Amino acid sequence: MSDTPKIRLRGVTKRFGDKLVLDGIDLDVAPQTSMVVIGGSGSGKSVLLKCILGLIAPDSGTIEIDGQDVLRMPHKARDAARARIGMLFQNGALFDSISVAENVAFGLLAQKKATRAEARIRAEEVLAQVGLAASVGDLAPAELSGGMQKRVALARAIAASPDILFFDEPTTGLDPIMGAVIDGLITEQVKRMGSTAIAITHDMASARRIGDRAAMIHKGRIVWEGPAESLMDSGNPMVDQFTHGRRDGPIQMELRR
Amino acid sequence: MNTLLNAVAALGRGALSACEATGRVTLFAVLGLSHILRPPFYGRAFGRAMLEIGYLSLPVVALTAVFTGMVLALQSSTGLSRFAVESAIPSLVVLSITRELGPVLGGLMVAGRVGAAMAAEIGTMRVTDQIDALTTLSTNPLKYLVAPRLLAGIIALPLLVVVADILGVMGGFIIGVAKLGFNPYIYLQNTFNALYAEDVISGLVKASVFGFVITLMGCYHGYHSRGGAQGVGAATTAAVVTSSVLILALDYVLTELFFTK
Ligand SMILES: Nc1ncnc2c1ncn2[C@@H]1O[C@H](COP(=O)(O)OP(=O)(O)OP(=O)(O)O)[C@@H](O)[C@H]1O
Ligand SMILES: [Mg+2]
Repeated sequence: MSDTPKIRLRGVTKRFGDKLVLDGIDLDVAPQTSMVVIGGSGSGKSVLLKCILGLIAPDSGTIEIDGQDVLRMPHKARDAARARIGMLFQNGALFDSISVAENVAFGLLAQKKATRAEARIRAEEVLAQVGLAASVGDLAPAELSGGMQKRVALARAIAASPDILFFDEPTTGLDPIMGAVIDGLITEQVKRMGSTAIAITHDMASARRIGDRAAMIHKGRIVWEGPAESLMDSGNPMVDQFTHGRRDGPIQMELRR
Repeated sequence: MNTLLNAVAALGRGALSACEATGRVTLFAVLGLSHILRPPFYGRAFGRAMLEIGYLSLPVVALTAVFTGMVLALQSSTGLSRFAVESAIPSLVVLSITRELGPVLGGLMVAGRVGAAMAAEIGTMRVTDQIDALTTLSTNPLKYLVAPRLLAGIIALPLLVVVADILGVMGGFIIGVAKLGFNPYIYLQNTFNALYAEDVISGLVKASVFGFVITLMGCYHGYHSRGGAQGVGAATTAAVVTSSVLILALDYVLTELFFTK
């Protein structure tokens, strides 16, 4: 493994209005490993991924991919860097005006990596990987159940075999067995295809299955980082409270107000 | 004193934010237009927009035109009979329709139908992260979503207005012949004698500008909507209101340009 991290964040800060969402995030993800990010609802996990993707511009800090600062790159290079990242959005974000198969093949066609026929074959292949029959390809996204939509979104994210993969809650809304299947698929992308992944999850079993390392974000800061196996016995009171789902502890849920 | 200062400050803030909004819309328009000219081109998206704006708006525009022509003939017969110049009815109808009412009423109907739908569709895509998803899939949303719609608006509206012109004149003709006792042949002859190419062309240019304004407002408000279903609803309203007002204002400006020398 080389020394440069695949993804390297330093002091990434973002505020919306007077609300500080990211407060100086430092994070390194080594090549061909997966990082699991956990943290409470609204702690800024999705915003963090969107910052790395360039969809949200951070107020300060640096974001490097392969040692290159994406925030200060020329436009063309940034687009190229972005094309190497596949993203599974938290709510799926499937294009509802086109069919499932067209959704999955979208990136391949946009990057001109395949002809229409080839893209269709690849789409069916990836749909099969996420446990969906080829006939699903002809349906509209709105005709699918929530869990099926999530799997199609996953298929779309991995269809072009991107170098870097982001998963925003890949198994939320799936039944436990399908969740395990999807976890397996994500691990395979990292172990066999050599992708680098960041996955956000609230499911601790899934976090330990997919993650090499794990980080916890709280109030816009990384409060803990360590091996994913140690999530349940990290020795960090915040992580312990979170992973065991205890009501009492250092994290006070701001329910009132 | 303080209240006066406050009032001035509020006025200044209002003016500033109006300038800022105008700047943002202009930038959006320029970017959208520039993507019409640069590849890749999305033929399917353009076809879909043409269908939506042009073909599916035909019934409502056609009905509007027919009834407008009929009412014009009827109103002018009661008005003009006071001056005993009823023979001017055919030319009044055809000039009003081609120069003004075809493009303006057609534009307003399409603004309600298409501008609203467009803002709702793009707004929903925005709030469900679909626009972000496009970007991550190496597709420029301005090129994929906005440019085809702008182009379709610019092309489809004049085509609709040609239909509206013909049907509007037909509406006037029906009333003129069936109710006001015109000889059909004389009615048509009067119509064509009064009509010059520039009447029709100025109307079509107006239509093109209105088509651009409608799709621009639909795309702009949809693209910048935020905050779930409520935000999309607000974007839809804003798209219809701004495009309707702009159509009427630009109609005046274009009329000045075309007809006052
Ligand atoms: N575009 C935006 N404009 C304003 N505020 C935003 C925007 N996007 C996110 N936020 C705010 O940033 C905070 C973090 O949001 P984010 O979506 O990253 O949470 P999250 O950690 O992904 O939570 P969850 O686990 O519920 O998905 C929230 O308080 C949200 O209100
Ligand atoms: Mg989230």
